[in-house]
Amino acid sequence: MSRHLPILIVLCPLVGALIVPLVGRVSVRAARGLTVLATMSSLACAVAALREVLSGDDWHYHLGGWAPPWGIEYVVDPLGGGMAVLVALLATLVAIYAGPYLRGFSSLRGATFDSLFLLLTGGLLGITLTGDLFNLYVFLEISSLAAYALLGSGGERAVVATFRYLLVGTIAASFYLLGLGYLYALTGTLNMADLAIRLAAVPSGSAATVGVVLIVVGLAVKMAVFPLHGWMPDAYTYAPPPVTMFIAAVMSKVSAYALIRLLFFVLPAGDAVATARDVLGWVAVAGVLAGSVLALPQKDVRRMLAYSSIGQMGYIVLGVSLGNAAALTGALLHVGAHAVAKGCLFGAIGSMPRQTVQVEIAGFAGAARRAPLTMAAFTVAALSLIGMPPTAGFFSKWYLLRGALEADAWVFAAVLLVSSLLSAIYFFRLLEQIYFADGPPVSEPGQASGVARRSWRVVAPVVTLGAIVLLIGLFNGALVTSVIERALPEL
Amino acid sequence: MVSVLSSFGGGQLQYALAAVLLLIGLYGMLVKTNFARKLMAMNVMQVAVIVFFVSLAVRSGGTPPIEIEHEAAVAYANPLPHALMLTAIVVSVSTTGVALALLIRTHRRFNTLDESELLDRLRE
Repeated sequence: MSRHLPILIVLCPLVGALIVPLVGRVSVRAARGLTVLATMSSLACAVAALREVLSGDDWHYHLGGWAPPWGIEYVVDPLGGGMAVLVALLATLVAIYAGPYLRGFSSLRGATFDSLFLLLTGGLLGITLTGDLFNLYVFLEISSLAAYALLGSGGERAVVATFRYLLVGTIAASFYLLGLGYLYALTGTLNMADLAIRLAAVPSGSAATVGVVLIVVGLAVKMAVFPLHGWMPDAYTYAPPPVTMFIAAVMSKVSAYALIRLLFFVLPAGDAVATARDVLGWVAVAGVLAGSVLALPQKDVRRMLAYSSIGQMGYIVLGVSLGNAAALTGALLHVGAHAVAKGCLFGAIGSMPRQTVQVEIAGFAGAARRAPLTMAAFTVAALSLIGMPPTAGFFSKWYLLRGALEADAWVFAAVLLVSSLLSAIYFFRLLEQIYFADGPPVSEPGQASGVARRSWRVVAPVVTLGAIVLLIGLFNGALVTSVIERALPEL
Repeated sequence: MVSVLSSFGGGQLQYALAAVLLLIGLYGMLVKTNFARKLMAMNVMQVAVIVFFVSLAVRSGGTPPIEIEHEAAVAYANPLPHALMLTAIVVSVSTTGVALALLIRTHRRFNTLDESELLDRLRE
């Protein structure tokens, strides 16, 4: 059994996605339990596989016993394995979190939601583990299709926003596929390790350049990097709360992982990649500033967080662009820090009573008295996005700053500091409402809006994520030396 | 290695076709304001990618990649891009299905598929 751990990580949610709708016809509770079980077993497999890899060599798993480059291989290395653990962890927490949200649904609708959620999880996990470029495309589309359906389930506004996302997402995937075609035509292989060796031997020419450009642009759209971010705020704002929580936390991060994997492990370090990284650097600077500035005037908190995500993705791209050890460490740490913190923030917002007014900043007045635990977690996550010690966000920004200074990139360093200041402004505006403004009077404890209905299944995942933000910050040294440093490419 | 690869790919014309289809698709998706038209343009763009991949498999004077009457195929067309494109076609069909479902819901609610009109209604 343990021989097959890498494939089990992906199979658990995929098989779960097939069984859940059937079980849902018999018992809704059993279907829900199965969803949580599938994500949990996936998490257990991912953790076990990562532990194995950290104590030894990378784990190459050949599907069906076909050796690469003929067969598809799954590779668990510290980078991919770490991402898999991150995705599976968020999936488990969101699966628990979704319970109360699904309570009012018909059994068919609830089971469909769970099934799609598991498909999305399986797709994202597949991206983190596969060692095959076309397989990555397939998983990218599996996760995207599931995401379109989930995002669209949030009502009429969500449907329109999702259709626009679908168009953009399909352009991105087609660009990736086309770029893949160029690389395949040059080398005749789709296996990442094989492709890396063969591409290095191909003299750089326009075909390789076009391939690199198409792939980088495609993944950048999926990451919602600044000028390609248009689809994202609407999609995040109108989607159902558990969906936004999961997608905002991990989906763009997984695309960021794919970009890092391709730029540093697959594509040869030639002119095309160097230029792509230069361009990405300036795009990132624009994104960090634009995201922070656009977040300022937003009244809807979800929209504010969506714009903040655009800025935060900019940090990750910035680290990729600088490409030295410190900056990449910062980028990878920020992938984890931001995923956990954003999940916590959207989770906390989703737990607020569902009147539209509540997602406006003013609706948060006095929220700390009504939901002290959730709001404490919210605060920790917000401080992490601003970059306050000892939260995770401080240390990832610290590494990024060190990377920028090592590379003598003063502009990048300045941008990092300015945007931290801007995010402090928009988050403190919110925190002031939560803690110091007078909210609506708390009526009798029994019917206090939301509090009585707020079950542990909503509070526990949010608080756990808040605690993880702190833990990543406190133990960032251990995390960097044991996982991230080993995940870095040879520079 | 490179010499074997360079025998694949056929002539130039079908690449021009792929490029034209890609541009028509992108143009339609960016410029047309009706969501149904945008969706059709998206399909044209996906066909462009399929044409591109299938062209890569062509081999001048090549045979199908099968044994005919125990005569081994020697210089045969590359079967892999075809296999890849079967998957891509499945993806394209599912994407279109999801997109149509979204459009039907949009049309039932708003009675229009015009982007600017819809965005106006959403801002209300």
